[in-house]
Amino acid sequence: MTNVLNEWAFIGVFFLLAPLLPSLPIAIAALISPRKPNAIKQATYECGLETVGDTWVQFKVQYYVFGLIFLVFDVEMVFLFPWALAYQQLDFFAFAAGLLFIFLLTDALFYAWGKNALEWS
Amino acid sequence: MESRSTPNQFLRLGITLVILAVIGGGLIALLNGITGQACLNNLSSCLTNNGWNPGIAGFVPILLGVLGVATFPLLVTILLIWVERKFAARIQDRIGPNRVGPFGLIQPLADVLKLLTKEDITPTGADKPIYNLAPPFMVASVLLIWAVVPFTPYHYGVDLEIGAIYFVAVASIATLAVIMGGWASNNKYALLGAFRTVALLVSYEIPLAMALLVPVLLAGSMSMVGIVEAQGAMWFMFMAPIATLLFFISSQAEVGRAPFDLIEAESELIAGFNIEYSGMKFAMFFAGEFMHVFTNGVLMAILFTGGWWGPFAYEAPLLGFFYLMIKSSFWYFISLWVRNSLPRFRVDQVMNLNWKILVPISILNLIMMALMLRIALGFEQSAGIVVTDFFSALPRTGFLLIGNVVVLVVVWLWLGRQGRQQRQLEEMNRFSVTATGD
Repeated sequence: MTNVLNEWAFIGVFFLLAPLLPSLPIAIAALISPRKPNAIKQATYECGLETVGDTWVQFKVQYYVFGLIFLVFDVEMVFLFPWALAYQQLDFFAFAAGLLFIFLLTDALFYAWGKNALEWS
Repeated sequence: MESRSTPNQFLRLGITLVILAVIGGGLIALLNGITGQACLNNLSSCLTNNGWNPGIAGFVPILLGVLGVATFPLLVTILLIWVERKFAARIQDRIGPNRVGPFGLIQPLADVLKLLTKEDITPTGADKPIYNLAPPFMVASVLLIWAVVPFTPYHYGVDLEIGAIYFVAVASIATLAVIMGGWASNNKYALLGAFRTVALLVSYEIPLAMALLVPVLLAGSMSMVGIVEAQGAMWFMFMAPIATLLFFISSQAEVGRAPFDLIEAESELIAGFNIEYSGMKFAMFFAGEFMHVFTNGVLMAILFTGGWWGPFAYEAPLLGFFYLMIKSSFWYFISLWVRNSLPRFRVDQVMNLNWKILVPISILNLIMMALMLRIALGFEQSAGIVVTDFFSALPRTGFLLIGNVVVLVVVWLWLGRQGRQQRQLEEMNRFSVTATGD
């Protein structure tokens, strides 16, 4: 039990330190680098043209479609990991069950394919 | 103006030196306290015996472990910058950095010094907190992977039982950092770059995780240590070459490097999501990328080419570390070679390659591996084979290789059919165009 706790304490400390380590050089740079801001220097850089309108514009619906398909597969993966982990101890039924599960999701992929959801245009 | 800013700058330089001195002094004092007590084997109990608070004493080894594991990739990165530039130069028939130090070895340090003195420009419309958080997140996502890397049979950060899922979870923080940077910059090019990232990185995570499932399946373990130990008899690369290839391709895409460098397509989006970053923040994005490429090499070594396995790895752990680094460098160099040789894909081509080729192949491959492993286990049971060494692993390898060949043949026939259909379609289109044109 303490061992498991130690493992996760390690991960916890790592999660706190991992963003801090790269922040250190940034902080040092912020301290010793020159600071002379002006309006033109801080303007949005778009190849020298003045920026027109709002940046946070509407974007292609295709990104949402891919996001949704990705979500399906990502959830599938979470269920497949335990299946793969215990696979060698299980009997043939586990293979059939896994096959059925993968088949259902592959079916969804081919459905999306057939509906032209995977076309980028 | 000049004279007014100078004392201010000296003051800030002074503060920096004081901070560095405090950090350095603290580390030296800590190390002195530990080595002075001369008990590196069981640090926490030893510290408790010397009058430390048990809670703090238990915390010190963890903190030191984290610092050790996390600084190693950061130090390697400094060298990698030189390796990468020299390698790219050689491929492009140039000499590369050769002025600073022997063979230009000190070049990265000179770059760091230069970057430290560069002004940090934040564009006016930027969303400041998110804008500033993005670069450390980028590096952190790669650093966190190293927590589960087994360096030698006895030395690793932590042996998580869910190491594989941990890797998938932590690696996707990089996507988050790219989106944060692109969105918060308030720049249309940066935003477009970030959008492409959503599409690219997120899509290639699927074949990546599908390929990752194969070593988990073969090892019967999700811990990185367990996966490496399971490769004592035979590397998984020989059991599952297709999964190895899939993992390599999709990890190349995850880094966002050529031929998948749409994220920062220089000629289309100037630099993509990191266009508004300058100075050290920009450097952190790049350090994260360099580190990620090598980390992918390390993962390839761990998952498919046996990690620290090699002659006498158990007797001399340092040798195991050496083997791991050799194998990682091998994959790292292949990655650099690919990067410097291939042109960039178009967005639709990248998406087609992933969703219409890599994802179906990875699904088919997973099913085939599961089936063949079941058959191989049945055969081993009936023949009374226990997989312990190279020769006893041969039947299993044979069965799995047959599975790989079947997958290859199916993919070959299927791609051929698709290609013929495509050509027919193009032929028909051309025909109809000329018909209407006349």
